[in-house]
Amino acid sequence: MKIMPCPLNGPRNIQEFVCAGPVEPHPDPNRCSDEEWSAYVWLEENVAGLVREWWCHVATSYWFIAERNTVTDEILATYPAGQVFSERVDFEPLPESAPPPEAAPLPEAPPEAPPAPQPEATEAAPDAPEAPADDAPADDTGTGEPKDPAA
Amino acid sequence: MAFGLLKYGLSRRRPVKRFLGSRPELRPSYDVAIIGGGGHGLAAAYYLAARHGIRNVAVFDKSWLGGGNTGRNTAIIRSNYLTPEGVSFYEESMRLYRGLSEELDYNILYSERGHFTLAHSDAAMRTSRWRAEVNKHLGVDSEVVGRDELARLVPLLNMSEDVRHPILGALYHPPGALARHDAVAWGYAGRAQELGVEIHQETEVTGIKIENGRVAGLETTRGPVACGKAMQAVAGLSGQVARLAGFTLPIRTVPLQACVSLPLKPFLDPIIVSGSLHVYISQSDRGELVMGGATDPYPRYQTSSTLDFMEGLMAHILELFPFMGDVPVLRQWAGMTDMTPDFAPVMGLTPVENYYIDSGWGTWGFKATPVCGATMAEMVATGRVPELIETFRLDRFRDFSLLGEKGAASVGH
Repeated sequence: MKIMPCPLNGPRNIQEFVCAGPVEPHPDPNRCSDEEWSAYVWLEENVAGLVREWWCHVATSYWFIAERNTVTDEILATYPAGQVFSERVDFEPLPESAPPPEAAPLPEAPPEAPPAPQPEATEAAPDAPEAPADDAPADDTGTGEPKDPAA
Repeated sequence: MAFGLLKYGLSRRRPVKRFLGSRPELRPSYDVAIIGGGGHGLAAAYYLAARHGIRNVAVFDKSWLGGGNTGRNTAIIRSNYLTPEGVSFYEESMRLYRGLSEELDYNILYSERGHFTLAHSDAAMRTSRWRAEVNKHLGVDSEVVGRDELARLVPLLNMSEDVRHPILGALYHPPGALARHDAVAWGYAGRAQELGVEIHQETEVTGIKIENGRVAGLETTRGPVACGKAMQAVAGLSGQVARLAGFTLPIRTVPLQACVSLPLKPFLDPIIVSGSLHVYISQSDRGELVMGGATDPYPRYQTSSTLDFMEGLMAHILELFPFMGDVPVLRQWAGMTDMTPDFAPVMGLTPVENYYIDSGWGTWGFKATPVCGATMAEMVATGRVPELIETFRLDRFRDFSLLGEKGAASVGH
């Protein structure tokens, strides 16, 4: 049985989890070209080697990030999404005056990315995605859900 | 009779030629270079030489002939798909398969067994009727059968209602067939070579040379070659090879596992598939039960087997055939498959001129081997995309015209 060290639930059978694909920078849907958008939706880097992916523990609906090797099938680290997405990104629907912002940046893995499993994560829930940012409440794009790569 | 056999065995007339001969030296240049020596690549090479007279062709494989998914699939051939595009395409493939032993002068052991897709729910019965109607409309022999008929046709199937997923009926496809998958690769390879195609095993393609947006040559582990046109047919590694040519595919590499049991006396003539239970099972000519299930739950570049798969598969197999509880498993293996978002292949033109792709064959590539070879050969020879594969174009992911071929694999993913 393959074990996935879940940051919330500890080591669990990997059959309890769903892999939702690589963590990718999310292009701004209001500003990117159709080409960029369809590439974001469909195309896959399909890396042979180290990948950083969204995973969900289905029973608890808990989304987190796992780093694993697709060639050796080793899970190297798992941690809450809050360690990567430390601030909320809002896509603002005002293309006139504002200079076009960059696509949501994808920060590098935190240098102190803890080895799996990470027991203290059970108490210290990830702060950023939950806290509704007090800047402009954008209409609907940045939902703050950890599973939304825009969050 | 016995003397005749002895005489034949001792005579010099006996066909003793080596099947492939020794590996040729690389020529500096080829008209067409084919990356991948599996069924699809070899079939394309054969049809290029046989139908289009293009014989200055080389097939490159990083290991041995048909050593990838061609030799790892469960060898089921059928055409009872859901979309009209899918049905026409696979029907043409079955037509080619039926005449293949004769055409290649090599017995591929094609045997029509009948194919049942079991339905365990009203929804599945509804889909079965839908598929049957689409199939019949396109001239494919396919019908829905109820419990009584099914019990008569497959007497050992567990029709009990006292199980988790009782069987309500099935989609019956009488021409559903099995063939020896290695023989398909060998047959194409042998005939292609006779027609002048060079087959380079243990020659990995490490780079693709592109000049002014068109393919100019390949880098291989045995040196560079120039080529006028190139084609890739490398299931599992499609994304890696496409990256050498500078473009990205909508494909994830996910393992698919299968296994065979100890040989048993013949008891199961047809092929039994259940989408709800995620299993398919058939009995080979040697008596082994060939069994497979759904793809692995997450992407990997590995062909290792897992206990999780075996546990899940057997739980379902035993529901269909409870008496198999004591039958040992003989071998278990996996292949790396190209999974696309719409369960349809990616075939045709690429952003690189004169570079063609045959990929995205997920868990349904073996049955398409002849038609893929034929259509890819036609495209490479003429530069035009054949009508049969137009809808499988890579560009469909740019304009969101996906296919949704849910009948693609009998087993859901």
